[in-house]
Amino acid sequence: MNKESTFRKQVRRIYHLLMVLFGLFVVTGGSLIYYVNNPGAFDFKAKSEIASITPVEDEDRIENGIHVRTGLIDSEGLMVVVNNCTNCHSAKLVTQNRMTKEGWNTTIKWMQETQNLWDLGGNQEIIVNYLVTNYPPKAKGRRMTLTDIEWYELED
Amino acid sequence: MKRRDFVKKGTLSSIAALIGTEVVFGSNMLKGYTPLALQDPDPFKLFNKHKDMVVLNDKPWNIESQAHLLDDNITPNASMFIRNNGLVPEDIDAKNWTLTIDGESVKNKKTYTLQELKSKFEQHTYQLTIECGGNGRAEFNPPAKGNQWTVGAVHCASWTGVRLRDVLQDAGIRNNAVYIGFHAVDKHLSLDPNKEPISRGCPMSKALQDETLLAFKMNGKDIPLIHGYPLRLVAGGWPASVSGKWVNRISIRNKVHDGTKMTGTAYRVPCEPVAPGAKVKDEDMCIIESMPVKSLITYPKSGAIIKKGKSLNIRGHAWAGELEVTKVEYSIDFGSTWKDCKLEAPANRLAWQHFSASVDLPKLGYYEVWARATDTKGNAQPMVLPGWNPKGYLNNACHRIAVKVS
Repeated sequence: MNKESTFRKQVRRIYHLLMVLFGLFVVTGGSLIYYVNNPGAFDFKAKSEIASITPVEDEDRIENGIHVRTGLIDSEGLMVVVNNCTNCHSAKLVTQNRMTKEGWNTTIKWMQETQNLWDLGGNQEIIVNYLVTNYPPKAKGRRMTLTDIEWYELED
Repeated sequence: MKRRDFVKKGTLSSIAALIGTEVVFGSNMLKGYTPLALQDPDPFKLFNKHKDMVVLNDKPWNIESQAHLLDDNITPNASMFIRNNGLVPEDIDAKNWTLTIDGESVKNKKTYTLQELKSKFEQHTYQLTIECGGNGRAEFNPPAKGNQWTVGAVHCASWTGVRLRDVLQDAGIRNNAVYIGFHAVDKHLSLDPNKEPISRGCPMSKALQDETLLAFKMNGKDIPLIHGYPLRLVAGGWPASVSGKWVNRISIRNKVHDGTKMTGTAYRVPCEPVAPGAKVKDEDMCIIESMPVKSLITYPKSGAIIKKGKSLNIRGHAWAGELEVTKVEYSIDFGSTWKDCKLEAPANRLAWQHFSASVDLPKLGYYEVWARATDTKGNAQPMVLPGWNPKGYLNNACHRIAVKVS
């Protein structure tokens, strides 16, 4: 009887010890995993970070008819152009060029063949219409008149 | 998930999406640190450029100079145009940089460290004119596709390095060698690791010239990153695209090099002249070699107003690809009459030459001063645009500045 109860006590003690060890293991392991993923979590100085998040301003703001972020003219098809044509290169490559419908289509084909541009599907027409409407060729002749001259007094 | 953690994870993954690669140890990144690739780009600070330089494109970076910024005899970094086909490499490790010479026509494939190149081969310094093949593209009619360079995609800096010839010969050149092609570490815009943004080259005859360098110094200092640090191939007088930046491999080819931007319409013009706007098949396009004769009035800046009775001192530079310039003239009457400028000999072959003149403007009013250079073969710059070509290369029309007498 005595022997049996001692044995039971010991078993219970070992059981409790194991539970405590397991609990410790779960807590340390868990916090370790959490820390690896969130190294700043125990850095109490960093708390102010939450307050420092500023609201994101409208990244597709239009000012004076220009899409501010890209410099593209605000017109039908603008966002399709922004989403398809400014991933790999800057919009500046678009706005400094002027082409006919055929020219823009050829350029798209060239980008698809050599530059990993995806199939534009129905968006191609929207994009090309936007481009020929807003960035058509201008006749320049064999030599243009000098323009945008900034006049200044030359001292010597 | 806490909002903060979410924001942080979101930032890291969007950084990864933006720069196309996972940010290794991203979770250890210092708070408030923005990776170089994402910093709000002020190209003028980033590349130490003059504030009057003109940004044509910010992805990839393409920035041009202006005539009046190119007044120095040896172009300083601040005024040198920037041309990129791909993304500027980061984390260049010059200490462990190597150059490999390989290809079908190399006798022994060899790899050199930068230090070996510097110590094993004799070093040379040359002033070399490098002009973008598309300099002047903006003027073509009908317009040509690409960065719309006006006049500023040219410079003549002083380059120090070893002769490409010496290195190629050390590795050994087989008799069937035709061309060299460079390979570099810049990244393709699509971030596709199997694509090279540019891999051009030149025929063996150009590769073996005295002035064709594997350069590690520009104007006496390490080459700035944007201009090719730590090693740049420099081939003066040819389209600047031959002067590969960040070069780590040169292949000696048994055929015309077929790397990116060697084929199709890139850096090619119609073999036979065509009418403006004509369609030209790829097989009828020929690779541009030497650049044509050209000049630039670098002083004064266009728009000068001078007092009546005062003469106007002008100056500038003239160059002619593989050739030398024999004459530079100016006209104040739209080409009716021309007068000679004083012209200096080049510092070395393929360096631009300096010209100057004292110009008398007889009456009050508006003038244009036009400059025209002539090369050793008698080719002069045209006053109107030269032959139209689909990609808008080789515009060597006369440069002019506006002047008023008041």
